Amino acid sequence: MVQLNLPANSKVEKGQYFKDKTGSKNIRKVNVYRWDPSTNENPRLDTYEVDMDNCSSKVLDVLNKIKNEIDPSLAYRRSCAHGVCGSCAMNMNGKNGLACTKSHSELDGDIDIYPLPHLKVLKDLIGDLSTLYKQYESVEPWLKTSKVNDKENIQSKDDRAKLDGLYECIMCACCSTSCPSYWWNGEKYLGPAVLLQAYRWIIDSRDEDRKERLKKVADELKLYRCHTILNCTNACPKGLNPAKAIAEIKKMLATA
Amino acid sequence: MSAYKIIDHEYDVVVLGAGGSGLRAAVGLSEAGLKTACVSKVFPTRSHTSAAQGGISAALGNMGEDDWRWHMYDTVKGADWLGDQDSIEYLCKEAPAAVLELEKYGVPFSRTEEGKIYQRPFGGMTKNYGNETVQRTCAAADRTGHAILHTLYGQALKHNTEFFIEYFALDLIMKDGACKGIIAWNLNDGTIHRFRSHTTIIATGGYGKVYYSATSAHTCTGDGNAMALRAGLPLQDMEFVQFHPTGIYGHGTLISEGVRGEGGYLVNSKGERFMERYAPKAKDLASRDVVSRSIAVEINEGRGIGKEQDHVHLHIDHLDPKVIDERLPGISEASKLFANVDVTKEPIPVVPTVHYNMGGIPTNYKAEVLTLNGSEKTVPGLMAIGEAACVSVHGANRLGSNSLIDLVVFGRAAAKRAAELVKPGMKHDEIDKNETDRCLDRFDKLRNSEGSNPTSELRLSMQKTMQSKCAVFRTEKTLKEGVDEIRKPYDGMESLSVKDKSLIFNTDLVETLEFDNLIRQAITTMDSAYHRKESRGAHAREDFPKRDDENYMQHTLSWCNGSKTKINYRPVHRSTLTNDVQYFPPQERVY
Repeated sequence: MVQLNLPANSKVEKGQYFKDKTGSKNIRKVNVYRWDPSTNENPRLDTYEVDMDNCSSKVLDVLNKIKNEIDPSLAYRRSCAHGVCGSCAMNMNGKNGLACTKSHSELDGDIDIYPLPHLKVLKDLIGDLSTLYKQYESVEPWLKTSKVNDKENIQSKDDRAKLDGLYECIMCACCSTSCPSYWWNGEKYLGPAVLLQAYRWIIDSRDEDRKERLKKVADELKLYRCHTILNCTNACPKGLNPAKAIAEIKKMLATA
Repeated sequence: MSAYKIIDHEYDVVVLGAGGSGLRAAVGLSEAGLKTACVSKVFPTRSHTSAAQGGISAALGNMGEDDWRWHMYDTVKGADWLGDQDSIEYLCKEAPAAVLELEKYGVPFSRTEEGKIYQRPFGGMTKNYGNETVQRTCAAADRTGHAILHTLYGQALKHNTEFFIEYFALDLIMKDGACKGIIAWNLNDGTIHRFRSHTTIIATGGYGKVYYSATSAHTCTGDGNAMALRAGLPLQDMEFVQFHPTGIYGHGTLISEGVRGEGGYLVNSKGERFMERYAPKAKDLASRDVVSRSIAVEINEGRGIGKEQDHVHLHIDHLDPKVIDERLPGISEASKLFANVDVTKEPIPVVPTVHYNMGGIPTNYKAEVLTLNGSEKTVPGLMAIGEAACVSVHGANRLGSNSLIDLVVFGRAAAKRAAELVKPGMKHDEIDKNETDRCLDRFDKLRNSEGSNPTSELRLSMQKTMQSKCAVFRTEKTLKEGVDEIRKPYDGMESLSVKDKSLIFNTDLVETLEFDNLIRQAITTMDSAYHRKESRGAHAREDFPKRDDENYMQHTLSWCNGSKTKINYRPVHRSTLTNDVQYFPPQERVY
């Protein structure tokens, strides 16, 4: 019988244990994925005991506390701290989200923190998003209009409303990296984040390239690898619905 | 010093930073056929422009009569007459075209019934030279910065701008007083990169993180400002730090001024709409420094809300939920997430929170960096734009929605000026090896710090000092204490501890380099504030409550070498750029 195993060097080993030094009575164990590319060691899971009496409410606050007070070597991306920049996307207790908007009180038991799934890890919680960014570029995310006069395009309120639920995407990649189809065919399938962006330009009433845009995504691999699993919509920390955007593209193609 | 692998690049222009101003400059440079590199420590759409909410000002007149001269007057008054009126004229006159250009790029602006760009009222924005409220602030719901940033990134992709992403810039390369490029550290693979360029444009944003409580992102560390200081150049008007009246209490998240623009109002513990007392005409839409001071007075006089009586309430629960849903969806979300408040039913607890730096690298309206000398002498090869720059259009206090317009107007101006100065493919000068060595010595020394003070502790000490000694209200006593105390975290670097010695995504070292940048700006801010013995805009001295035009119609310039500063002054420009508008002489500033 065939045995499927991870390559030896990707097995996650037990890491260091950082015992609480504050004497706090309210301790929570936080398990964090660690990997340092400058060593030849396997990835490991470090455990930190965190004093929750002196910790603000979000998972990012927990990570900041670890980095500031326990282990400055922990690497993760972060910036705005209120869910608009998309830097701190990661996997928390098995679900993708933004560490800065996820309350740790919503997580049961120990807190397990991993990088976004199925990305090449660059270090610790930092994943390589370069493929996703190239795919984003491939949908030509800019307005195509032949109008050159110095007046604005007129767009009705209703037409503008069609962009709601789309333009808010912060490209955190929570959706794409939760999608099994994207895990499997990530090089070729555009994935929910990029397809949502593609639809944002397809449906913009000001854009004159709708037909071409639709033609470009109408591809067995780029688009139709979506099997409506809906992990994407479930994962989106901004409450957007990439699955619906993909369905709209399919519908436009079917009725074109 | 261990040897670092150095990779050399040659570009016509290097843009440092990929927020709103950096991207707008990069687009213009690429359009002009200049070989352009855009270097950023974060992926462009992670830049802090994404956090701008309320809108971008421009006298389009879509929602009633407007005139760029009225916008100019409001900006001059908002700036408490510390702004340079030639630059302000340029900003306000160019603003409408810049916004229409953004719309053509694809920014999803909200719309009026006629399908034009929607404009909302904002603090200090008036009709007919201060007479009544005008609707001038163009909005994409309450996510205008996000919408603009993503759109500009798309434009940069369209123009094939070359990006160097997650590269942390270390220093400017200077030669005989001119800038010849930059040195940066590639976090992805740990290599060092030397970019030679004919023009370097600093677009690195503000340095809000010198304070403990700020709406600024973790990455707002003013790296370009610090690079200028290390290159021996001065920073201008650093004492002018804007406190936004409405940061969420306890968390600091921004609640847009657009909330008050749409009809929101502030109340104290007695349920009074107290802004009526401080600004009888503009009320809740007075300019930010005025509203922040009013809140601080209410709290200081015991009319704050909560157990500690240390905040006030912002109400929008009287607004139609449909209006909230259409125009303020982002702040509804933020209020729920960070204050556990349903804005349709409850008020938002808010407190003045550090938000914007009016000060920065002094430039003229073409974005060229200035030195002193009593003249308008420029630094060859160096430009600055956006929050990093001090043009100075915001003077002593920036009006809400004047920041986003500043980004695109001066981003565009920088590209235009660079295209005049640089021709594609011009030959590069030799650069001095000492410059690279000096930069890498500092890098290596910080990386190999084996002392006992973690960066996070020094940073916290700096932030607490700034928060307590250089706040909304300042006095000789607090500032004098601040001048001494702020040097302690700097001195603490003598025994710095950096645990991570690696080169790939060493965020311990990144934060240490950022702290080294922050502390120099904290020192110049504190010292500049100490030396300005008057009250003007955001700089409120309790011991000098009046504006002193006789002595202080001047920009502060501060140099910083180690922890030693040198303070000097440069007169405010007292003329306009053209005859299209008259100079607005100083008046008493009431709202």
